[in-house]
Amino acid sequence: MQTHQYDVVIVGAGGAGMRAALESSKEARTAVISKLYPTRSHTGAAQGGMAAALANVEEDNWEWHTFDTVKGGDYLVDQDAAEILAKEAIESVLDLERMGLPFNRTPEGKIDQRRFGGHTRDHGQSAVRRACYAADRTGHMILQTLYQNCVKQEVEFFNEFYVLDLITDHDLTTEEIAAGEEVNATGVVAYDLATGEIHVFQAKAIIFATGGAGKIFKTTSNAHTLTGDGMALAYRRGLPLEDMEFFQFHPTGLAGLGILLSEAARGEGGILRNADGERFMERYAPTIKDLAPRDIVARSMANEVREGRGAGPNKDYVLLDLTHLEPAHIDAKLPDITEFARTYLGIEPYTEPVPVYPTAHYAMGGVPTNVQGEVLRDGVNVVKGLYAAGEVACVSVHGSNRLGTNSLLDINVFGKRSGRAAAAYAKTASFHELPENPAERVVAQLEEMRNRPDGERVADIRKALQETMDLNAQVFRTGESLNQALSDIRELQKRYRNASVQDKGKLFNTDLLEAIELGFLLDIAEVTVVAAINRKESRGGHYREDFPQRDDSNYMLHTMAYRRPPEASDKAEGHVKGYFDHVEQFDGYKVVLGSKPVIQTRYEPMERKY
Amino acid sequence: MTATLEADAPSAAGEIPSFTVTLRVRRFNPEVSDEATWQDFTVEAHGTDRILDALHKIKWDDDGSLTFRRSCAHGVCGSDAMRINGRNRLACKTLLKDVNPDKPITVEPIKGLPVVKDLVVDMEPFFASYREMMPFLITSGNEPSRERYQSPEDRARFDDTTKCILCAACTSSCPVFWTDGQYFGPAAIVNAHRFIFDSRDEGGSQRLEILNDKEGVWRCRTTFNCTEACPRGIEVTKAIQEVKRAMITRAF
Repeated sequence: MQTHQYDVVIVGAGGAGMRAALESSKEARTAVISKLYPTRSHTGAAQGGMAAALANVEEDNWEWHTFDTVKGGDYLVDQDAAEILAKEAIESVLDLERMGLPFNRTPEGKIDQRRFGGHTRDHGQSAVRRACYAADRTGHMILQTLYQNCVKQEVEFFNEFYVLDLITDHDLTTEEIAAGEEVNATGVVAYDLATGEIHVFQAKAIIFATGGAGKIFKTTSNAHTLTGDGMALAYRRGLPLEDMEFFQFHPTGLAGLGILLSEAARGEGGILRNADGERFMERYAPTIKDLAPRDIVARSMANEVREGRGAGPNKDYVLLDLTHLEPAHIDAKLPDITEFARTYLGIEPYTEPVPVYPTAHYAMGGVPTNVQGEVLRDGVNVVKGLYAAGEVACVSVHGSNRLGTNSLLDINVFGKRSGRAAAAYAKTASFHELPENPAERVVAQLEEMRNRPDGERVADIRKALQETMDLNAQVFRTGESLNQALSDIRELQKRYRNASVQDKGKLFNTDLLEAIELGFLLDIAEVTVVAAINRKESRGGHYREDFPQRDDSNYMLHTMAYRRPPEASDKAEGHVKGYFDHVEQFDGYKVVLGSKPVIQTRYEPMERKY
Repeated sequence: MTATLEADAPSAAGEIPSFTVTLRVRRFNPEVSDEATWQDFTVEAHGTDRILDALHKIKWDDDGSLTFRRSCAHGVCGSDAMRINGRNRLACKTLLKDVNPDKPITVEPIKGLPVVKDLVVDMEPFFASYREMMPFLITSGNEPSRERYQSPEDRARFDDTTKCILCAACTSSCPVFWTDGQYFGPAAIVNAHRFIFDSRDEGGSQRLEILNDKEGVWRCRTTFNCTEACPRGIEVTKAIQEVKRAMITRAF
């Protein structure tokens, strides 16, 4: 075992982690720990753009952007955070340009902008050009640019290191901590994939930037490595997860494969059609049609299929039509996604419409933070020295449905903020003592998994999990389907205890790490479904067929899910009788749900029409 | 719709035409033996399956110790460059049906970098060469308060080389790199090109100086392996030629 000491340790080297590193490494001794090489992170798969009201091509301002973000999130957005997001968007884009990001340009040489779903002029009048972009590889350019600047700034990376535990000075899973009492994050435990060695990192400040958890679903745009590690680690250490029931299904995944085709395709004029060739979005969102927010478009598509108007031999997808666009325009603005259609489906988008269906894309929920990126341990109190940014976090700027181009924005705005806040805190703080054997839990977990004799295959359990999530917790949900998902997950949690790995070696044991990741997936799926069962309304990405209306009087609250020992109280902070008092009791622990108020500043909740 | 598509529709599961394919995989595990060996695996595959799908089938259903890197699974993260039937490709972008599945398909680690285990190589030397190119925008003077302007034509000048995902398919396909690991290799030069031809950048001369080194751009023998290998369709050899020309003319 090796031990390291850094002022700031950042876990994850995607957009949020590296943006944070660029701030904190200027001020404090910083290490970035990533389970991949930084340039492999999934930020690089983002395509369409990054929103900012630069007004380079038409009138726009950050207030309109704030409104769109709040409305897009079906009013579950914390409006103070959304305002920060929209205001600081402008400087964030300019920061990236100055770092060297090659944005597409207007004829005058300014950063070009294009339309994207849910982004409108003057509170919904019409679509507005707000997305700054670099062809359809904006995320790739952001990831490369941030990595390039990390190279320039000589940021220290630990690549292919898996963080498997968070160390705190109080055990929040068992101890009752009084409000205001100090709880400190003191370090993380990591596993070096190449050697199998354990590394303990003691830190004054820790930033989680581990990304999402799309692999709880079968059909997903997410990378194999998006297994919710950071969320699960926080949750297991007794920290709450916020709004986990809200998962975004991106409308245009390649049918059957889930590979993402950017909303930019519609921003550039692409049209969704059903089997009859009808532009069906005209019926669901008469004003902005195909550029309605993702939850609405995904639901509309699923509804077309359900009502028998799907295309293809099995009528199980709809069509993304680009055939009316000039091939030269497609090549200039959408080269990568049209290549995906050619490579993976053998479809030529110049002349044929592309089969698409919703694909699990983005977790709106996550580890709760305030606008400085500090992680909350309940509705109010923070864990000192612990920060989170990006998809792992819930600020909440996305509410119940994120607008396209707001995630590349989120990682830049809140990555920067958390990096600055962590470094500033580290300058004033001192190291806290680590427990005598800080890696104990991780070592025991790894040894047990490695040494378990013949058991069930990890891949079989994972497949069953992903199938039940796709079947029962996707675009359309009911109490019945969600309870089915939960009982399936309970069964899989039991089977997981007998899972074994075949590779018993020390070196580059990906078999072992996939097994550990499955544990994260099961926990995240479980909390997602429990929160979804509790929320008996439909809002944003969470659609309950048995409760199809939004219910502001009872559910205009963030869900806060806590894992607690069986003997702990059933009441969590924010308990509302009949609405936020749900408890699921399992063997060994229970999931207790509380709530947290939604911060409203200037916008009263309204009916959401587009 | 096309046949491929029908094969892909999930609810048509019973009707998907499947075929049997053999993967001949180069195995190496230093914990077990110093020798690398070939091992054959036979898997059931479908029309749209990629090499990565077949490798996952082996790992998940047959031999969990088979080791390879992967992440995004659609050709943008650059994790899974391998030598497939003697040619460098991304496993997630190569459909089985396109690499003659009637015969065993050989899968090996990319060449010229130390093999760690099975299909995993040590990428550090590759990234070290990349870092030597000063792969970041170099400017002088005060930062502008707004964005720097750049005409669409100037932006287009280096568009091709911004596509690089650092997968190392090009560098590890280069015969010069195989025999001389000190050679910077195509990927590093591509990333130098990306900045040398960026009108906003002022570090071109410094980078050209580095590339004028004996392990620099002059070692390129213009075999075009790199261009063929690039999964992003970058005209790598052309980019290297442009850097060579810039070195002579000092015009960029």
